[in-house]
Amino acid sequence: MIVPWGETRLIQGNEAVALGAVAAGIEFFAGYPITPSTEIAELLAKYMPLLGTKWIQMEDEIASISALIGARLAGAKSMTATSGPGFSLMQEGLGYACMAEVPLVLVNVMRGGPSTGLPTQAAQGDVMQARWGAHGDHPVIALAPSNVIECFEMTIRAFNLSEQFRTPVILLPDEIIGHMRERITFPSEGDLHVEPKPVPNVPVEWYEHYHVTASNVSPMACIGSGYRFHVTGLTHDVHGFPTRKEKEVVAKMNRLKHKITRRLDELEDVRMHDVEENPVTIFAYGSVYRSALAAQAMLKKRKKRVGVFRPVTLWPFPDRTVKEELDSKEVILVPELNQGQLIHEVERMTSDSVRVVPLHRIDGYEITPEEIVNAVLEVM
Amino acid sequence: MPAPLPYEYKYLRSKKKFPHVWCPGCGIGIVMGSIIRAVDSLSWEKDNIVMVSGIGCTSRMPVYVDFNTIHTTHGRALAFGTGVKMANPSLNVMAVMGDGDSLAIGGNHIIHAARRNINITAIVVNNDNYGMTGGQFSPVTPEGARTATTPYGMIEPGFDVCNLMEGAGATFVARGTVYHIIELDKIITRAFKKKGFSVVEVLAPCPTNFGRANRLGGPVEMMKLLKENTINISQAKAMKPEDAHGKVVRGVFVDKVSIPYQERYDKLCEKARNSAGASR
Repeated sequence: MIVPWGETRLIQGNEAVALGAVAAGIEFFAGYPITPSTEIAELLAKYMPLLGTKWIQMEDEIASISALIGARLAGAKSMTATSGPGFSLMQEGLGYACMAEVPLVLVNVMRGGPSTGLPTQAAQGDVMQARWGAHGDHPVIALAPSNVIECFEMTIRAFNLSEQFRTPVILLPDEIIGHMRERITFPSEGDLHVEPKPVPNVPVEWYEHYHVTASNVSPMACIGSGYRFHVTGLTHDVHGFPTRKEKEVVAKMNRLKHKITRRLDELEDVRMHDVEENPVTIFAYGSVYRSALAAQAMLKKRKKRVGVFRPVTLWPFPDRTVKEELDSKEVILVPELNQGQLIHEVERMTSDSVRVVPLHRIDGYEITPEEIVNAVLEVM
Repeated sequence: MPAPLPYEYKYLRSKKKFPHVWCPGCGIGIVMGSIIRAVDSLSWEKDNIVMVSGIGCTSRMPVYVDFNTIHTTHGRALAFGTGVKMANPSLNVMAVMGDGDSLAIGGNHIIHAARRNINITAIVVNNDNYGMTGGQFSPVTPEGARTATTPYGMIEPGFDVCNLMEGAGATFVARGTVYHIIELDKIITRAFKKKGFSVVEVLAPCPTNFGRANRLGGPVEMMKLLKENTINISQAKAMKPEDAHGKVVRGVFVDKVSIPYQERYDKLCEKARNSAGASR
């Protein structure tokens, strides 16, 4: 038994991701070594042969994500783990997986960038790359864990969402979350929902690889199951064959978009702490959310009350909830481990009357609760 | 009564996907014919065949054949194919690629697929240039040749695909041309049967781009060049070196036994489980 179901352990974030993948039924892993994500590949190299599932170290990140897509098309639930520079290389395959609608999980343990940057240190610099890194309009789902148990649970959720939406899902822990150790209690095996791979229930000759459904997600056959189909990165019709017919192109592109935008309720995940009653809110995610909660408690002792708003699902961005909950605020403080990325989304969803104040840290270290407290006191 | 269709038709998406995109005089359709005849001679089930390709003229082939087909990103056919083969080793996986696709942007993947000895057949259609984008030079364009991006002649030496693949560890390496079709059918059949990574380089004309840029004549003249400029491996052995100079050799250069990656991986799983069992 690899996942210590129901037991309490002291483990690392990356280890929890690897165990989450096993819990979610990972059948194929392909990756390329990169700090600070290596523990995920190393642990799966140990676990997966024991389970008889497939693990491979490819020649680069492009090959890794390509192999992932091939494996999922042949029916194997697939995941890779990387960091910023590798994430950049994987954008090619990520765009392909969005276009060809292939479920997979991509874990990007964020380190300092750009380029080789700060390989061993933390950042939240890939938030916009996660959204817009691949060329062309494309759907994106990205989740940001803030602690070790979430690394476990959210990896499983990432697998489930990828199957439910037939699209890649990006997990975005920052280096602090990937490398921190916490005592966590694993759930019992029965308490866990693992989404099965969707299978078509039509005769082979009726099968359309991109059948139009109410949910905008098509059941997906796998190669070798008797359903023969064509897959391409070219814009394609419902059968998967290339098309340039305007109606078919527009239908495909809109379906890609709508499968996310028309099911936002299933994707949105925000955590709010005393947001409603306070005119000042700290908007934070990933490791920074932890500091935000600590800062909130420290401020409370000083009789200063602030709210904390955390998006767990970063993409799609929780537009409606941010508008509803934060547009009436006086000040929103947005601490991020970058020079300002998600803050622009907050600004987009709030009126000019709301002061949206950034707090950056770009030296590879965490944003401390004290820094947030000071920033809050300055604006209050 | 109309004549019955040739048996090749049952392997084609003949009703929907034709005419194809290839130019008059292009050799890629001939390679497709050879692949189909090889598949038929081995009685492979269409459901168990996966054709993976990258980007380019050759990589358009998967649209036309009624197998499981994946048209991937540029250069990545073998990386996608590696995932397919690992996920379901019972599938017969082939990768069809052009020279630019497999050796320039896909160069890293093809040497590692060969080194790893993943059980896939790679078919490299070598037409000396990038046809789809208008005839730019590729890693096999001969020195001195004119292309859209070598208006003053090619100054880079090219790869010898077969030598490269032998060096990278492929278990089966062969070269054929689209003029010598019966020979090509046999080579591709042997490559399909081979356990391990097998590579077939197929010389093919590109009259539209390479032929025109280098004044090599039309499709017929370029076919004649394949006939005249190549010799088979036994001819080469019998010839004096000075007579063989400048000729390209056809035939099977490597046919060795080596355990494919998948079998090695299965053994690894067994070993891991045994040692885990022992430590309990």
